Amino acid sequence: MKRHLLTIGLLAMASVADAQNVLIKNATVHTASAKGSLNNADVLVQGGIIRAVGPNLANPANVPVFDARGLPLTPGLFGGISDIGLEEISQEETTRDANLDLKTGESGLIENLRPEFDATLAYNPRSTLLAVARVGGMTYTALGTSGALLAGQGGVMRLDGGDEPMRRTPYIIIGNNSLGQSGASRAAQFMLLEQAFKEARAPTPGDERLLTSAGRRVLGQEILSDRFLVYVNREADIRQVLKLAASQGIRVALVGAAEAWRLADTLATRNIPVFIDAMDNLPASFDQLGATGNNAALLQRAGVSVSFFNGNDASHNARKVRQIAGNAVAEGLPWQAGLAGITSAPAKALGVDARIGSIEVGKTADLVLWTGDPLDVASTAAGMWLAGKATPLVSRQTLLRDRYLAPDNGLPRAYRQ
Amino acid sequence: MSRIPLYFALAACLATMPLHAKKDKNPPAPAKPAPYPSTYRAIVSAPVLLRNATVLTGTGERLDNADVLMQDGKIAAVGKNLDAPANARSVDATGKWITPGIIDIHSHLGVYASPGIAATGDGNEATNPVTADVWAEHSVWPQDAGFAKALAGGVTSLQILPGSANLVGGRSVILKNVAAETTQAMKFPNAPYGIKMACGENPKRVYGEKGGPSTRMGNVAGYRQAFMDAQGYRRQWDDYNAGGRRGDAPEQSLKNDTLAGVMRGDITVNIHCYRADEMAQMIDLSKEFGFRISSFHHGVEAYKIADQLAREDICGALWADWWGFKLEAYDGIEENIALVDRAKGGCAIVHSDSSEGIQRLNQEAAKVMAAAKRVDIDIPPEHAIAWLTANPAKAMRIDAMTGSLSPGKMADVVLWNGTPFSTFAKAEQVYIDGALLYDRGNKALQPKVDFLIGQEAQP
Repeated sequence: MKRHLLTIGLLAMASVADAQNVLIKNATVHTASAKGSLNNADVLVQGGIIRAVGPNLANPANVPVFDARGLPLTPGLFGGISDIGLEEISQEETTRDANLDLKTGESGLIENLRPEFDATLAYNPRSTLLAVARVGGMTYTALGTSGALLAGQGGVMRLDGGDEPMRRTPYIIIGNNSLGQSGASRAAQFMLLEQAFKEARAPTPGDERLLTSAGRRVLGQEILSDRFLVYVNREADIRQVLKLAASQGIRVALVGAAEAWRLADTLATRNIPVFIDAMDNLPASFDQLGATGNNAALLQRAGVSVSFFNGNDASHNARKVRQIAGNAVAEGLPWQAGLAGITSAPAKALGVDARIGSIEVGKTADLVLWTGDPLDVASTAAGMWLAGKATPLVSRQTLLRDRYLAPDNGLPRAYRQ
Repeated sequence: MSRIPLYFALAACLATMPLHAKKDKNPPAPAKPAPYPSTYRAIVSAPVLLRNATVLTGTGERLDNADVLMQDGKIAAVGKNLDAPANARSVDATGKWITPGIIDIHSHLGVYASPGIAATGDGNEATNPVTADVWAEHSVWPQDAGFAKALAGGVTSLQILPGSANLVGGRSVILKNVAAETTQAMKFPNAPYGIKMACGENPKRVYGEKGGPSTRMGNVAGYRQAFMDAQGYRRQWDDYNAGGRRGDAPEQSLKNDTLAGVMRGDITVNIHCYRADEMAQMIDLSKEFGFRISSFHHGVEAYKIADQLAREDICGALWADWWGFKLEAYDGIEENIALVDRAKGGCAIVHSDSSEGIQRLNQEAAKVMAAAKRVDIDIPPEHAIAWLTANPAKAMRIDAMTGSLSPGKMADVVLWNGTPFSTFAKAEQVYIDGALLYDRGNKALQPKVDFLIGQEAQP
């Protein structure tokens, strides 16, 4: 009952149009920063920005107070690398926009080396997936694209209904998933990447074969300094990715990284963050024979920055990232690192940590209140603020639920609003 | 199953007429033993007394500070301060929780094994929309690494189903989750067969350009024709059996054997079906052909017809939160299981359909409990545990043997490090027929399939 009332309290607050000021009192504030967790702490938000964090903060005029009654408060969670807003129904082609699928002749090379493909142009902030993710406590995601070897760009998106990515993120797909379109050999994948980077940087006039002129411009200049998100699982492939990164002078983060634990020390030394699905503990492919539930714990212990993503049902069940982080904790990852893996660590790896990912002064006030331990599936989100604005935890799913919970009023359910 | 007692009854009758029997040029054909029989043998172990735990019996009870005694492979007693035989192994379970072994009614382990490559894709005989003739047990690969991971998640029994490409996908097999070289050695003894049927988009998609069905009405026509064909077959065989199996036996058809078994009530019916309206059509199909539907699987819209499902005594075998991957899954809600459960007489089951989900069915249930709390539906652990134990056992018709901690049942038991309904819950010990077959603290009691032996990538 208590939880329900809290939600109602937030709904009432939401009716104050565009209020971006709030003083959240008496929360257990999990800052996801060096300050760790603070009991009985307050968070002051003005103009959508966190202005103060600490005990017994004064209440400035015109700032409404919300009493958290000791409940946990976290930064808004990272919904993983997803196609939220790029895919409404997975099996309906007309609702899917995340991956480039040009038919360009038999070699398919131009199709596979299109770094200029920008999936964020298709982003639909009215997609029902956003609200579903918010109900699960997610406030940002990295839009992905994974249709080919050099798949193009996604971007970091706050789930507040805006459509401007905070920044763009280029993708490279190594191994099983792009084998069919890149020469049927992992060796071909690295060969093509090497050649593409070379062509983009220093095209030999008359010998530009792999990229379009737009692709050369994008790969050689625009995204060269961005961190490439590289889907790769097998230890040997990860080694080649590290060599490629060194030879091309690009920054990378590993995604999937099932066997990354075998290279934990190297990844730590080279400051390479990883995005993993901590529930991938089966030899699901010959790229993942070394998959283990300890991956996150082993990497973190070695000093690697660990973020989580849902490697299986990434978009519709983006909310599962929280369960994935919790399971990593159950397998030995420290709790604070588990929380960081779905808040501050991905923000840093994606280059948006100046604005989001932690409860620190100066950050955008994307905050979530929880009924209990945010890493436990036994808890649910009880409230959310996006840039300080109370955001109702309502989705198409909760509305359908309410329609079928409502008592019979003699008319068909279709008349229940 | 009902055929055999009938035959014995007739044989006994004939034995009283020796003259007639002696001169009979047309003797009754002998009953054939069931093919592909289970060779499962429980591992013999000393009695075990788990002491002083929170016990969820699976029958709706929660006992605090209680003991569970397993003896001769069965639950011998549950209660406080139990006396144990002198040779019993005693385990201090203070602070821990005990539940019946977890049962997954919907798994494709072995038929879609890890690694998930073409060579292991044995779950859909997608060559004909009605393949009632195929049996999942003939596809199961016992060396699927998923079995051991499921065991670590407390799963002691599971139903392996064919996939959902076909209107009628074939027979399921129920397994005990024990490591073995053969499927027969895993096969749950005396468990009935199940059949897998599928509604909606999958058959339409698979057969739309392969001769149909290409529509939902085509799907329903396909089920109806298959059962109509099997009705005549059933009649021939029932007449033959009733007549003492004399003369030429009717021709046998694997396909119709299974469908006739469904109509006789020998085979439980598992239907993959998402939409409320389609489930209602399938209920009418079952009435047209006189069979009972045991459970709808996936049923993301089950909450829309929860009262009807309860009235028809049909279980909903459901996910906690999957949705949106197909249009027919678009209306999924996180409270689906809770709403099916709350209908008077409702039977909710948490199922996996996933090699990941089967490892954490307890967490899936916990998600449902948490979601239900948001709308003030409080579901206590002693109730929710039935979703993963007693209810699937009932739907699979193995509830006389397993699914609860009632004395006399198979000693399929999980010892958890705390409440199972949490991300941080871990199965510490898993017993199958009284034998400790998984121990989180002892590598020697953690099975590893042949496939992973010698793989240097492995931890």
